[in-house]
Amino acid sequence: MSRETMEYDVVIVGGGPSGLSTAIKLKQLNSNLNVCVLEKASEIGAHILSGNVFETRALDELIPNWKELNAPIKTKVSKEKFLFLGKTKSLSWPTWLLPSVQKNHNNFIISLANLCRWLAEQAEAIGVEIFPGFPACEVLYNDDGSVKGVATQDMGIDKDGNKKDSYEPGIELLGKVTVFAEGCRGHLGKQLIKKFELDKGKDPQQYGIGFKEIWEIDEKTHEEGLVMHTAGWPLDNNTYGGSFMYHAENKQVFLGYVIGLDYKNPHLSPYDEFQRFKTHPAIKKIIEGGKRISYGARALIEGGIQSLPKMYMPGALLVGCDAGTLNMPKIKGSHTAIKSGMIAAETINYHIERGDNLSLYEKLFKNSWIYKELHEARNVKPSFNWGLILGILFTGIDQIIFRGKMPFTLKHKHADHETLKSAKEMPKIEYPKPDNIISFDKTSSVYLTGTNHVDNQPVHLQLKDPNLPISYTLEKYDEPAQRYCPAGVYEVQRENNVNKFVINSQNCIHCKTCDIKEPSQNIIWVTPEGGGGPKYGNM
Amino acid sequence: MKILVAVKRVIDYNVQIRVKEDGSGVVTDNVKMSTNPPDDNAIEEAVKLKEAGKASEVIVVSVGDEKAQETVRKALAVGADRGILVKAEGMIEPLAVSKILMKIVGKEKPDLVFMGKQAIDDDCNQTGQMLAALLKWPQATFASKIEVKDKSLEVTREVDEGLETIEVNTPAIITCDLRLNEPRYASLPNIMKAKKKPIEQINASDLSVDTKPRIEQIKVEEPPKRKAGIKVASVEELVQKLKNEAKVI
Repeated sequence: MSRETMEYDVVIVGGGPSGLSTAIKLKQLNSNLNVCVLEKASEIGAHILSGNVFETRALDELIPNWKELNAPIKTKVSKEKFLFLGKTKSLSWPTWLLPSVQKNHNNFIISLANLCRWLAEQAEAIGVEIFPGFPACEVLYNDDGSVKGVATQDMGIDKDGNKKDSYEPGIELLGKVTVFAEGCRGHLGKQLIKKFELDKGKDPQQYGIGFKEIWEIDEKTHEEGLVMHTAGWPLDNNTYGGSFMYHAENKQVFLGYVIGLDYKNPHLSPYDEFQRFKTHPAIKKIIEGGKRISYGARALIEGGIQSLPKMYMPGALLVGCDAGTLNMPKIKGSHTAIKSGMIAAETINYHIERGDNLSLYEKLFKNSWIYKELHEARNVKPSFNWGLILGILFTGIDQIIFRGKMPFTLKHKHADHETLKSAKEMPKIEYPKPDNIISFDKTSSVYLTGTNHVDNQPVHLQLKDPNLPISYTLEKYDEPAQRYCPAGVYEVQRENNVNKFVINSQNCIHCKTCDIKEPSQNIIWVTPEGGGGPKYGNM
Repeated sequence: MKILVAVKRVIDYNVQIRVKEDGSGVVTDNVKMSTNPPDDNAIEEAVKLKEAGKASEVIVVSVGDEKAQETVRKALAVGADRGILVKAEGMIEPLAVSKILMKIVGKEKPDLVFMGKQAIDDDCNQTGQMLAALLKWPQATFASKIEVKDKSLEVTREVDEGLETIEVNTPAIITCDLRLNEPRYASLPNIMKAKKKPIEQINASDLSVDTKPRIEQIKVEEPPKRKAGIKVASVEELVQKLKNEAKVI
């Protein structure tokens, strides 16, 4: 059956900061352009998760009067702390000794989900059409191989692939240019990078998994505007990661943990490291007596400029972290995502107006502050391959003395799925049981995300080889999916002495970690039926 | 035959409800809102009747703040013909809603009024019944099957004992159960078309209906946490605990 088609000047896949900024900038440049944004979440913001300490530089350029327009950017950073954690002790690092990229005094503590909702309102007010609940599941190509647009997912398919009574076919959205703004490890972006060899000559992309919880805490321990980061315990010297704690408005703190997905020990459970981290006396004393109101997790880009693929191809562009524009030492990607979207919009406008080649995107990108920023940041993450201590020392020299201008570029040597050592070689890790006050199990955490997928639909976590998890991954790596998944989607169940690999796909919070870390790249994340996944509030 | 469908905007059923710290209500800021689930069944049934040629027009109405327009718009995207939004701020109790609906019925003169059996936010299960009483119309609540006959409907009701089939004369009020049908998805082209369908806006205050709450809400609190269970070693221990600790036998 042929699908219905709808034609636009520009089709944007993904309603996060990069996609919405692309849409807004396009309409600002030419209000006659027809622009639509597809979003897989049930509403804009529901799949957005970010720290977030926000640098307004890009937004100042995009919507200079954001303050008058009541943008949800209210809490200015008023105080900063950086702690090194030992098992029970903590050492406060003087902030004047922090590299300037890690200073936040002009920034704001925000909810990125709320900022996206606001951006969506601004976009709709100038005529952008936004369609939440419609995942783009397939890239469409012209005969000459250029990107023609995308197709949305069919709705109402049962788990065996049959049409239900409620079946509603997907439709084809065709654009003069299609912009992919799916965020980190976008599942169409991944296909495009492969097809057009956009990563040729680049280092393998590097990822992290980020957790976030929102706590409502006692006003005695709440300091609105305080930004605190930690490094060290509970991670060992060889695992890259750290925490953030941002004191936002309404007595809330945004508490999170990021772990590089290049970790080596298959017994490591990022989720349990985060839960254990909260039991440190320096952290516990702040949140004790408070209430956890939200939980979520999402993979993020850490590769920087060395891993940034070519961002243009015939008929399409990548923006934000679908390409990978996050600035790792700054721990910020929202301002670069917005800026990349704005540059994409300028490119597209020239392309439609006077037929410029889309390769203009790269030129404009290289001439902008975003490139300079990412270039200066490039050596920080790879230096942590030498361990936390040498990494910090190097970063100090690189960022404070040389300001990112050292005459060489460190490389990322391995993709994250290649770094695991075998289970036998590595020590098992004994994690403390959750106390249900400070630390919690995965089930009660997923409950807070409001995650749901309509049941009786095809499993959206596909195995290339369905036998591999038991026949190989369990034997060699003790099936790490049981631990790296932050939502308990993967289980190995033993029944009558036979091991069975179970995928609870309805729990999936769309973080994409399995697609990244599975050692044989055997798990493929595809889009579930529209509107499925978490329903994050102010994450 | 004209069908009026009443829909309510509520907190989405997947969202974990959080009580406000001061006990004045539940948190609705930045919370995903959706159509009350059985209201979706009501719309679906009305649209199906129209597609089967048994209804001539489906009008959807909601009472609420400006944002309830989204709920009306969603009903238009799955096949309702036009919408009415009665704007009212704050807590509107079932009696006030049914009085407002009575005015809309007076204006639109539908043959049938459909709505969900109850709303998942306050769980009142009153509006349909009150509207039937005010209009002096017959009612069929908890409908899981509707058959249209000449000047009457045969309705199967989900009752505690099983299924009850009754016949009601039209005009009538029907409140719908989740088992009635499977609501369809809104397709993208239909969402686009729905943007052009008319939504009439009326202020509740212009309908001369008193919407002041009759119920004073004293406090909203979370249900007490359930204690973790324990394992007992023997039947004797269980009996002993039931007797002496739980004091239930």
